[in-house]
Order: sequence, then C-alpha cells, then structure tokens
Amino acid sequence: MTSPATDAPEPTLARYNFAYLDEQTKRMIRRAILKGIAIPGYQVPFASREMPMPYGWGTGGVQVTAAIIGPDDVLKVIDQGADDTTNAVSIRAFFARTAGVATTTATPEATIIQTRHRIPETKLREGQVLVYQVPIPEPLRFLEPRETETRKMHALEEYGLMHVKLYEDIARNGRIATTYAYPVKVEGRYVMDPSPTPKFDNPKMHRSEALQLFGAGREKRIYAIPPHTDVVSLDFEDHPFEIQSFDQPCALCGGEGVYLDEVVLDDRGGRMFVCSDTHHCESRRAEGHRGALLGDEASADAASATVKEEM
Amino acid sequence: MVAATASAYEGGFSDPVGAAQTVFRALMDAMARPGSIQPLPDVAVPPAPLTASAAALIATLADADTPVWLDPLLAKADAVRDWIIFHTGAPITAHQPDAAFALVAAPQNLSALNGFALGTQDYPDRSTTVILQVDTLAAGAPLSFEGPGIESRVKIAPAPMPQHFGAQWAANRQAFPRGIDLVLAAPGAVAALPRSARLIRQEA
Repeated sequence: MTSPATDAPEPTLARYNFAYLDEQTKRMIRRAILKGIAIPGYQVPFASREMPMPYGWGTGGVQVTAAIIGPDDVLKVIDQGADDTTNAVSIRAFFARTAGVATTTATPEATIIQTRHRIPETKLREGQVLVYQVPIPEPLRFLEPRETETRKMHALEEYGLMHVKLYEDIARNGRIATTYAYPVKVEGRYVMDPSPTPKFDNPKMHRSEALQLFGAGREKRIYAIPPHTDVVSLDFEDHPFEIQSFDQPCALCGGEGVYLDEVVLDDRGGRMFVCSDTHHCESRRAEGHRGALLGDEASADAASATVKEEM
Repeated sequence: MVAATASAYEGGFSDPVGAAQTVFRALMDAMARPGSIQPLPDVAVPPAPLTASAAALIATLADADTPVWLDPLLAKADAVRDWIIFHTGAPITAHQPDAAFALVAAPQNLSALNGFALGTQDYPDRSTTVILQVDTLAAGAPLSFEGPGIESRVKIAPAPMPQHFGAQWAANRQAFPRGIDLVLAAPGAVAALPRSARLIRQEA
C-alpha cells in the first residue's frame, strides 16, 4: 500500500467499549461488587479477565474501576501513595484513554481512587470510592494453602489459626511483627486481608465515609467494605494493635503523623524520610510548610554547594 | 413458536452502556448505604405491570448467566416475560431457589422470603437478589435499620412490603452470612436492604 502518510486516525481501527471491558463482563463484575457490599469482608469469586497489563500490575483493581466508572467520574490512581510512579501513571492514562474521564492527583477532587497499597492521608468523604489492587486476597493463605480448607474456615468463622500466627510473632519477637497486610475483622464476622497496605493505614478503614472495594485479578476475588463499617485489627488484650510511628517528621513538608518512605541519598548511609502520599506532601508544601531537607530559593546556593562537596 | 408482542422489542436502554452504568452506580450507592434513597433516571419503558425502575435494574444486572424469577402478577403478563428475555437474554425460571434475581410486582402477596436461594455457608454469594416494586419509599410504615453502611440509624418507609416483614427480615438477618438482598424499586428512585441491615424493633 502506498497511500500518503497521514496523522488522521485509521477509520477501521478497532474501538474499545467505554472503559475497555465489554458489557457482559461489567455486569458480572457489578453483580460480584453488590454481593461483596452485602456481605462485608467476604471474598466473592468472579470471572476475572485478561487485561492489557500483567497480573500483579493491578488487573483486579482495574476491572473493578472499569465496572463502576462513568463519564462524570474523576479518577485518581496511587501506587504506594505516589501519583507519579509507573503503575499509577499507566492506569490513569489507561482510563483517560478508554473512558475519557477526567483524572486528578488531588485526593479531595477524586470520586474514584484506585490504590496500590496505601490509603491517602486526606480523610476520605462520602461519595468517594476507594478501589484497592489486591495480590493475595485470602488472609489465611500462607497458613493454609488449600482453598477448600480456607473457605470452610471462613464459613465456620474459625480464625484460631490467625491468632496462633500473631501469637507466634509475639513468642519470637516479643511483639506482633506483622507490619503490612495486617489482618482485620470486618463487622465482627469475616477476617479480611486489607491488601499489603502498611498497618499504619488500618485505622483509616474503620468506619470510613468512603466505600472501599477490593479487586484481586489473578486470584479472581472481589470484596468490599461499605462506609461506616467496623474494621478491627486483630490483636491481644496484652499486646494491643498499634501502628508504626516515626521519630522524625517528613523531610520535605515537615508533616507528622503520616506514613513516611525512606529514601537513600548516597552510599554512605545518608537517608531521608518523606511522605509516602505525594499529594499530601505537595499540598502541605504549597501551604508553606517546610521540611528540614527542602531546598528553597534563599538557600539554593548552599544546597548546591553541599551536593558538590558530597560528590 | 409464539411471536413476541411488538412491545417486547421496544423500551430498552437507548444508551445501553451509559444507562447501565448510571443505574448500577445508583444501586451500588443504595447497597453501600442501606436505606438511603438514590435517584434513578427513567431509562427504560417496559410493558406493564413491570415498572420503569425495576426494568432498568433488571436490564442492568441480568444476562444469560442469571435466571430470573417473576412473581405471579408479572409471570402472567407475557409481554413482561418477552421483554426481559429480549432485552437481557436471561432465562425465566419458575423455581425460586434457582433464581439469581427475583422481580416482585406485588410485594404484599409475597408469602415467604426464605423460599429464595440464601446461598450456602461456604458461598453466601450464591443467593437471590429480590427486586420489589414499591409505590413509595417515604409514605409507608416506617422501618429503622442499623448495620454496615449506616452511620447510626436510618429510617425508610417503603410500601407495599411483604407481609410480616419484620419477622421475615429478622429471620433473614439471623442466617447471615446467608440470606437474600432486597432492592426496592420505587418510581424514580432506588433503595436497598442488603442482608447485613438489621431491623430495629419499633418501640410500641
């Protein structure tokens, strides 16, 4: 074919349905979501589809988002709290392209927030939906590999094994050493894996104003926590649940009481701790909060001098 | 083969993708906040006695994978049956326990909620979602609920409702995590009572 080159879109190019998934798939996922909401914490099996991204990159979350999103939604996607990492950028671009929706990095402006392993620091409000990408939905899986057995354990509300696991933590380490994917009990019935969020975020799930949906693509499970639902982290009377605390504030925005990431600065042990939630950190800096390592115009010369010296 | 009546082919979603998404989001919000009243646009024009709201819900949710049960009032209207089959492809079943969805035009005549599939203890999701066509969500006998999705308490006053609803719903809640979920399809609005909602006894 020697037709002249043109930038116009190929008219015969296949077009995807709104939000990529076909309608029958969306109906199947929607039915699973409704059951998940009706039985908080119960993992509803669903016929997970192949998505144009590998398992482990959020295929479950993407399918849930695709099934609920509408043209008026505003989508935010975070990966470990950050709006600007590969996974977050790709998924945001995926929906901007296949659904034509507006996207944002601002937590309060979003109606749907898809997340990989963090809950935003900004308190979520009514009307927002938080969609979690879940790798392994079964909290008992590493204790009992057989699905037939774990299903029975959930059916009989037999969660002794999980308490044994936490107890062994205490026996070995003197404290509960589980720091992420910390098991929770939902509405006093189902023990649930909150996905590998740091346990720092567990209290935010408790009686949240927002609807929380969980999608596990490879494992083919959807589960949910409705708003205002009790989500209690498992613990013992003499070893109560506690979240991580940090002994220094965020190095960029000076924020305290937030989850911090460790960033290695050089090969001589230099490190800084910064907010994992990039939007929270940026909005605090915009408000004029300054962290210890935040370079500003007045001290820009001094900062660059330091860098040269270290190099 | 009996030819379907002309009305069976008409009155479906004019924008199937957009309408299904709008209706589902209203229902999802209703399910996530039991007892709350969510506006539902009129996007379907079904044959009577199927109402626009109930038709929109069933067209959004049902397909070839989900048998639908019709209450006697709907079952005797061939047009309704044909409309559902044509627009959703769902098989119509006469057996309550086989139904993924049940459509009820006369809730006051619905004798028992526990005739439907309640799911199993292993798979409580294998249960029937019962869609009740109600005239109102505000002018009936008031019912108070608490539970997941409800901040403290919520009041809703749907009518008509199944007989002895209080006792039936208490029994349904008792079976948790098994049980049916109720969807209340009112004119222009939808509310839901998932099995997790606990009915509070009215102080007499």
